[in-house]
Amino acid sequence: MTNGWIDIKNTDMMLIEGGNPAENHPCGFKWAIEAKRNRNAKMIVVDPRFTRTAAVADLHLQIRTGTDIAFLGGLVRFAIENSRIAKDYLVNYTNAAFIIRDGFKLPDDGLYSGFDPATQTYDKSTWNYAEGGDMSGKAGGGTAVPHAGSHGQDAHAAVPPALPENVAYDLTLQHPRCVFQLLRQQYSRYTPEMVEKITGIPQDQFHKAADLFTSIRKDGDTKKVGTIIYSVGWTQHSSGTQTIRTAAILQLLLGNVGRAGGGVNALRGHANIQGATDMAGVFDLLPGYLKVPNPNDTSLDAYLKRITPKPSKPGPWQSMNYWGNTPKFAVSFLRAMFGPAASKENDWAFDYLPKVDRNYSWIQIWDNMYRGSVKGLFAFGMNGVMIGPDSKKNIEALKKADWLVVGEIYPDETSEFWKSPGITPEEMKGIQTTVYRLPCAGFAEKDGSFTNSARWLQWKNAALPPPGDCRLDQAIVAQIFLKVRELYQKEGGKFPDPILKLAWPYGDPHNPSLSEVAKEINGKALADVTDPATKLVTKAGQQLPSFAWLRDDGSTSCGNWIYSGSWTEAGPQLARRGTEDPSGLGIYPNWAWSWPVNRRVLYNRASCDVEGKPWDPSRRQVWWNESVQKWTGHDVPDFKPDSNPKEHLGPFIMNPEGVGRLFMPIGAVADGPFPEHYEPIESPVANLLHPNQSNNPVVEKLKTPLDKYGTVAEGFNIICTTYRLTEHYHYWTKNNPANVELVPEPFVEVPAELADEVGIRGGEKVKVTSARGEIIAKAMVTRRIKPMMIDGKKTYQIGIPIHWGYRGIAEDEGRTAHTPTNLLSPTVVDPNAFTPEFKGFLVKLERV
Amino acid sequence: MSQATLRVQKISGHAGPIPGEGMQREDQVCKLVDTTTCIGCKACEIACQEWNDLPFAQTTFDNTYQTMPTTQWNFWNLIKFNEQPKEDGTMMWLMRKDQCMHCADPGCLAACPSDGAIVQYTNGIVDFQQDRCIGCGYCITGCPFNIPKFNPTTKKVYKCTLCSDRVSQGLEPACIKACPTGCLHFGTKDDMKDLAEKRARQLREHYGFENAGVYDPPGVGGTGVIYVLHDATNPEAYGGLPANPSIPWAVRLWKTPLRWLGNLAMLGGLVGVTLHYLRFGPKTVHNGESEKRS
Repeated sequence: MTNGWIDIKNTDMMLIEGGNPAENHPCGFKWAIEAKRNRNAKMIVVDPRFTRTAAVADLHLQIRTGTDIAFLGGLVRFAIENSRIAKDYLVNYTNAAFIIRDGFKLPDDGLYSGFDPATQTYDKSTWNYAEGGDMSGKAGGGTAVPHAGSHGQDAHAAVPPALPENVAYDLTLQHPRCVFQLLRQQYSRYTPEMVEKITGIPQDQFHKAADLFTSIRKDGDTKKVGTIIYSVGWTQHSSGTQTIRTAAILQLLLGNVGRAGGGVNALRGHANIQGATDMAGVFDLLPGYLKVPNPNDTSLDAYLKRITPKPSKPGPWQSMNYWGNTPKFAVSFLRAMFGPAASKENDWAFDYLPKVDRNYSWIQIWDNMYRGSVKGLFAFGMNGVMIGPDSKKNIEALKKADWLVVGEIYPDETSEFWKSPGITPEEMKGIQTTVYRLPCAGFAEKDGSFTNSARWLQWKNAALPPPGDCRLDQAIVAQIFLKVRELYQKEGGKFPDPILKLAWPYGDPHNPSLSEVAKEINGKALADVTDPATKLVTKAGQQLPSFAWLRDDGSTSCGNWIYSGSWTEAGPQLARRGTEDPSGLGIYPNWAWSWPVNRRVLYNRASCDVEGKPWDPSRRQVWWNESVQKWTGHDVPDFKPDSNPKEHLGPFIMNPEGVGRLFMPIGAVADGPFPEHYEPIESPVANLLHPNQSNNPVVEKLKTPLDKYGTVAEGFNIICTTYRLTEHYHYWTKNNPANVELVPEPFVEVPAELADEVGIRGGEKVKVTSARGEIIAKAMVTRRIKPMMIDGKKTYQIGIPIHWGYRGIAEDEGRTAHTPTNLLSPTVVDPNAFTPEFKGFLVKLERV
Repeated sequence: MSQATLRVQKISGHAGPIPGEGMQREDQVCKLVDTTTCIGCKACEIACQEWNDLPFAQTTFDNTYQTMPTTQWNFWNLIKFNEQPKEDGTMMWLMRKDQCMHCADPGCLAACPSDGAIVQYTNGIVDFQQDRCIGCGYCITGCPFNIPKFNPTTKKVYKCTLCSDRVSQGLEPACIKACPTGCLHFGTKDDMKDLAEKRARQLREHYGFENAGVYDPPGVGGTGVIYVLHDATNPEAYGGLPANPSIPWAVRLWKTPLRWLGNLAMLGGLVGVTLHYLRFGPKTVHNGESEKRS
């Protein structure tokens, strides 16, 4: 979240799309209700189903799953055409005025400039700003900037094309190649008629929603604020990242980013998903969102040069370019990883880091196992067979593995993959995979921290000890590591150093305490470090107060720079429990600790106008204090504290431009600088914007015999989406009698009209079949999903909750069907985040 | 249930004065259920079962998100889910927390023949005392909301106690404690009425629900659980909330005029028997008849 849970109470307008917070985040959803109760805020819910969130909304639009970019693009068009935009914000805080290079092409035919069909990738060199200074009022101009590497930036490019230092711009926003005009042109095609045909949302309803959401900028109002709230309903698509980009564009247009009650807010699906992401839960990131090295990074210098951006901005403006500090973060990280073994002489042990040569995302791991190159799997804190797409492929892959280690609190489907439905006793005997099932401690039996959606690190204590032989995860992992290290010590190996020299500075090496780990993540001074401005000193061995103290000379260590400040010399900041809220905005600065530097709303400089005065004085977060020549306020200013507004330092300090990106230049995303609507990989219709380029052109399909993709021609004519219920938590709670009581069995939500056509009544069994598998479950016949008209054709959507499998109370007693929902879903992922397309694939529905 | 610090104001099946009645006025407690902010998360359902140590039930899928069709002897708090089509083609999904309404004039208590099996405390809570319950089920007939349920194993009847054990210790009921959205409130009846009216006004003025209002039915003397409804003119839409609930006439008759008539009849019978005895003496048994019978 750019903002936080509590901050939702400050909003005037909510667009909830791609998320179902009332059902999946019921506790956080109280703040949406507070906004309604206390501010008369309005809530728009866009969802394929009439959900429990829709039940308390002011407006619900039923959308065809996977078409959110079309809807949001329509909103962008509506906002621009009706001048419901924040003009000053747009000019000064976004790249609206930046001029784009000649040669850049919008995707009228479905492709941006630079596409190479052979590799399914883009040469992104034209996706860049023109060099050249002030072009205000001048047509043309903006010389083409020479760029290194004409083949675009992929993982192997040694020298990627760079952003120009002195960007060409037109503050009147009239230049035909300025970002604003290109944006207008791009979304001019997203007319209400087009939106209706693609999304199935009737024009009058679309108009109602567009008018309501943009009403906060009616008649030049800059006081009101709107928020956009989403979750995995946006990410789990083959254009997931771009959907969120569209939301960001809309929020930048309306000037809602950085403001209390505004922002683009991702609701994370588990207690600590944000923490997992922050701590490098994805293969292409190191902790703190540092990019992983690749094989072309032959030295630390080459690596740092590649990943450290340089400012790129209009001449008179300033850009803080905070990622310019990347070398400090990276060297401190290496010092934390390898301790004394990391020295200036050996490039701070840079060579010990693995170099990632290709995609190792979720579906690739299982694909590799299926193909035989991955021989074993550690599965901790997740039920691998069930959570990934195409469960059958995952089960087949595990059959081929040599070994599987599962750390869990219940026997789960993954550790019992060998008795999944359909496997005969004979076949079972043939499975040679050795399965080790390790009983682990549950969440209430462990201490440690959760990082919530609001970026708060919150320390928790163990409520009770683990039962029986159960062990803490870190104890299991530590013992495996120590054993592996012992083997390397005894037997050597190709490259033992990264293992032998890994820092392991824990009191009990066999069972590291999480407070030690948390302190290590925060970082400490390895030599006395002096702050140049204040002359304060952090002595060697002391915990660092914040990442501002990090150095690239090896005198600091830090496991994750964004968490620096969470456990200081003053103690565990993440365990704080102060309930003071002096501003009344729900900032609670003394409750837990929020990254970065306890800041609650990101980009909060943008909550003020160019002069540094809050857009809305009744919701003051930070402001420029002329008398002390400092930024001050209730929240921690997301800004250079002494930068006078006259300097025009950009509020988006993490971007080299200093401003928010309507246009995403060069390497940042794989599939286009502006989002474009592409159909899900399995879709009942061709893309109405460009039928010849229906799907996202850079999305790759896997190629084993099990990676099948269905079409309408084969009879897969119904759209299926998947989701969670309030009553269950993933695949765990079917082991808990209370949850089983609330919703005892799997079901399929079927529109009443479709049920009539197929001849089924509620409670009768239906078979749902995709190109990959089938499940049988009872039908929930409902009016909450209606048939839709997609390009004039009647189209049905059905929905299936994901919670059931072949292990649980009712499953073990034979009371329910054995139905892993992901038997149906396809092995297709978003090209940027590698999230599978769980929402929006084709099935057929039959009566059993 | 617990009577630790609660004072009784009404007792079922009881003749004579109620100890302590009328000596002290106490605030009436009240639950406010704002159906317009209920998200049907069912936290209240589980909180109720867990606090009251009720065993979980084995349920089956019934084409709905609703956990079970009605409250059960071991399930006192049930959210009722109702899909309600609107005239403009859109729809509403109404969710209402169903439980004992704690009527000021409780039909169950009126119907109960067992002395002290149902009591009403001075704070308005209507509570069943299972140790005195004779399992006759009259309370089930007496309730206009279909709440009390019979347990065939223990042969007793059960329902929501409004967590009288918690309330007597100054705590809110378990359901209120668990509610994540603040759709449930607990306080004095006066305060809850104020809050409910304020919310209803907001719904009318800012959210276009012209008929928004508060459900506090006078037919049962008002209730200890009140609702804010989007449409107070149509409570039936919320899973059969009766528009004008009242104590069934049979129970009223039985407990008021008929009760006296019955007493009179019984007295008359006794007098008749006595007179008959005085006049005709004891009944003599003829041997012939006795043999015939055996």
